[in-house]
Amino acid sequence: MTERNDVIIIGAGHNGLVCAAYLARAGLNVLCLESSSSAGGMSAPRTLGDDYQFPGLAHLSYPVASAIRRDLKLDKFGYIPGKAIDTIALDAGGNHLTIGANSVSGSGLAESDEAAYAEFRKQYLDFAKALSPLFENKPPRLKNIPFADKTTLAKLGWNVRMGLGRETMYELLRVAAINIYDVLNETFEDDRLKGAIAADAVMGSAMGPRTPGTVLTWLQRLHSELGGPMSLQSGGRSQLVHALTQSAEDAGARIQLNTHVEKILVDNGKAFAVELADGEMLKAKIVISNADPRSTFGKLVGAPLLDAMFANRVSQIRGAGVVAKLNLALSGMPEFEGLTEAQLANRLLVAPSMKYIEHAFNHSKYGEYSEHPVLDIAIPSLHNSSLAPDGHHVMCVNVSFVPYDLEGGWEDEETTFAYKVISQLGQYSPNLKSLIVDHEFLTPRDVETQFHAVQGHWHHGELSIHQSFMMRPLHGAAQYDTPIDKLFLCGAGCHPGGGLTGLPGRNAAKRVLESGGAK
Amino acid sequence: MNINHDHFRQALQRTPFHDRISAMSTTETWTGWNTYKVARVVDKLSAEYFAVRSGCAVMDLTPMEKYRITGKDAYAYLDRLLTRDISTLKPGRVTYVVWCDDAGKVIDDGTLFQFGEQDYRLCSQHHQLDWLLMSASGYDVQIETETHDVAALAVQGPTSYSVLTAAGIGGLEQLKPFGIADLHCGDIPVTVSRTGYTGDLGYEVWVEPANALRLWDAIFAVQGQYDIQPMGLDALEMVRIEAGFIMPGFDFNTAESTIRNGYDRSPYEVGLGWVVNLDKGHFTGRKALIAEKAQPIKRRLTKIVVDGNKPVGEAFIYAGKGGKLVGEIKCTIWSPVLKANLALADIDYVNGHLPKKLWARFDYQRELKWRTAWAECHAQSKPFYVPEHKSATPPKRF
Repeated sequence: MTERNDVIIIGAGHNGLVCAAYLARAGLNVLCLESSSSAGGMSAPRTLGDDYQFPGLAHLSYPVASAIRRDLKLDKFGYIPGKAIDTIALDAGGNHLTIGANSVSGSGLAESDEAAYAEFRKQYLDFAKALSPLFENKPPRLKNIPFADKTTLAKLGWNVRMGLGRETMYELLRVAAINIYDVLNETFEDDRLKGAIAADAVMGSAMGPRTPGTVLTWLQRLHSELGGPMSLQSGGRSQLVHALTQSAEDAGARIQLNTHVEKILVDNGKAFAVELADGEMLKAKIVISNADPRSTFGKLVGAPLLDAMFANRVSQIRGAGVVAKLNLALSGMPEFEGLTEAQLANRLLVAPSMKYIEHAFNHSKYGEYSEHPVLDIAIPSLHNSSLAPDGHHVMCVNVSFVPYDLEGGWEDEETTFAYKVISQLGQYSPNLKSLIVDHEFLTPRDVETQFHAVQGHWHHGELSIHQSFMMRPLHGAAQYDTPIDKLFLCGAGCHPGGGLTGLPGRNAAKRVLESGGAK
Repeated sequence: MNINHDHFRQALQRTPFHDRISAMSTTETWTGWNTYKVARVVDKLSAEYFAVRSGCAVMDLTPMEKYRITGKDAYAYLDRLLTRDISTLKPGRVTYVVWCDDAGKVIDDGTLFQFGEQDYRLCSQHHQLDWLLMSASGYDVQIETETHDVAALAVQGPTSYSVLTAAGIGGLEQLKPFGIADLHCGDIPVTVSRTGYTGDLGYEVWVEPANALRLWDAIFAVQGQYDIQPMGLDALEMVRIEAGFIMPGFDFNTAESTIRNGYDRSPYEVGLGWVVNLDKGHFTGRKALIAEKAQPIKRRLTKIVVDGNKPVGEAFIYAGKGGKLVGEIKCTIWSPVLKANLALADIDYVNGHLPKKLWARFDYQRELKWRTAWAECHAQSKPFYVPEHKSATPPKRF
């Protein structure tokens, strides 16, 4: 490697790619190192056998942040946000609800709930919009506040007070830190509807509907929705990862696959190189880690190079993954009672009530899996028939709440649990079992091993209040820079967190450039 | 570990030496130190003070916090914990150390004893187990409190070598300052270190609690031959100021007990810059201390001699008589040996320099009537009292 590296980015997940593309566009010489054989991290497509292709771990997403789409010219590189889909809240009796962006319908749904839903959505989208300065910018410091942070705070204050108006502001302040359970009970009657919304509020987090702070996680999700509707990652050249890779490489960034970084090398408090698994050392003026903060500080840097309190805070980061992934290769079209084939192209959700979700979550707290997990189902082959052979289909299911640390270990239980999930699916789709050709089941432990995310957490750390904003991922590294000079973070562990927004990658790139770039 | 299941019946626990000290106490002035009951003055303050400076004083050190640090990463762990380069410390040696939080503020100071390759004891004024354990994440070390499992006596003063030798501890003649030796006092196994907090010749004798009283008796058995006084904390306070030793938590606020912004102190600010090695590699607080060192120093805990013989007490310090307020006295004594008012004062520096003229303004009483006085102060960088016999090896025989 004779090339001079201004920047080495560890990990070519979507945030690493966003960061690489921005920095390359700013004229820096960027090398992005990815340990797996394809870019995209948790959004990289997967295959099962020779014939079946699946979306990445994150099979549902909202459009990438519009500023990123514009700045990185993603449309030019083929990016097309996916087609909007609805959520169908499955009911064992066949009385499913169809939940759209602004309306909800289904048999047995009270008219009052229909009206309340539209109102609720409007109000909460307004809240999310008011908070957007906080979600989109680098989190403001609260001591020695720089000018840019004052602007963020001023915009936030203006939005919340003037944008929302006094009464609505009071309502936001009332609900911001409480749980979604109370809020939904105040607003709706229907258990299916409350279950579906609550499932979204806690998706990916070790939280049940009654956990404090679940209104905030719901607002974070809604903030992503401000940029466009939820869609399914169904593969092909229009996918975000593909366009990001093209954009980064077009700007001159180099993406090197199958290259596993073992260590970030630090001299006199300053990062200067990375060491690869084969012992090779690659130097750079700046090192940016898209790996999760616990891996970055705990493994790649190591406690001896950190101050004691900081190292201790790293070890205290909360983030045990609770979502497993079940990918099914099917020899035909699964039938769901009460749903047409067209409806099956939507997202199907098994979360029939908040009580159901809370019970499922409770099991995970005690190191057990629930016999009745929350299931988030999609059939991507209905959007892209090339994913499976003719007449065949692929189905992917996010299974919550699945403990990272299963009492007694996962080894003997993985297959048993996968079958339990399949039986559960069978309650809604009687012919499913007979169609299964092949399957892949990833517990949070497998997610950890395959994606190098400690404890297999989607968001590289829980999106709880004490790990959000200026405390994300932790005090002392909340503005993308770290106690180690020339070492930055750009992953989902940073503000504003997970999801395919690209915002952590963009904010990190801005921060690197602000702090002098590769000078 | 020694567990006192009756501890709730006593506000303060008794040290293993308590029976003897209690029997000798005429003043019954007791105070608490790390949950133990210790004497402020056993009999007569002046006698205890002069025993340190011209005879031999014996003080119960048991309440001092003691931590045993062992394991494969013991050295690496301590190297990250402490500001000082301890790579030259060897088994059988002791060194003075200080440790800081991430912001480079002093948490405590203490002495580090190295017994073996991976075997250390850290002694400190304040309870440190939480900090030591918190600092251990990522290291293969075992940290255990042994405060209650090891009894200790400070035997200090010009005749201390002779007293211990006469008491039956042989083999001290070649023990250098900061050395450790495993010896016997008659048939009692003892560990002796040539360390202390008095600035005089002196030793610390470490013993199993079960043998504590026999050790005490062996020492006091030679009281007829030598002036040996049991000493309390008040005399210790006098001699440690004469020796220029600081006491975290009293002379300055320690990092973990500080609430108000700016009330904690860095090693540079308390005159411990000499124990900080910024070039040794990473340690907790290094980054903050590098940043601090790049700026002119803001203040320093300074040794001062205050003119006159009026008791100074707690006083403000001004840049010149009637000048700008620049600091305050943190501790002060009248030194009987030096015939002077000695003090440690926290003084603000101006553009990185100590103000040229320093005056103390203080209140004192004459026959219960308050008066105000001004006295000029003279800063000093060396300890106030450094007797030659302190470091002689072998020590002078009496």
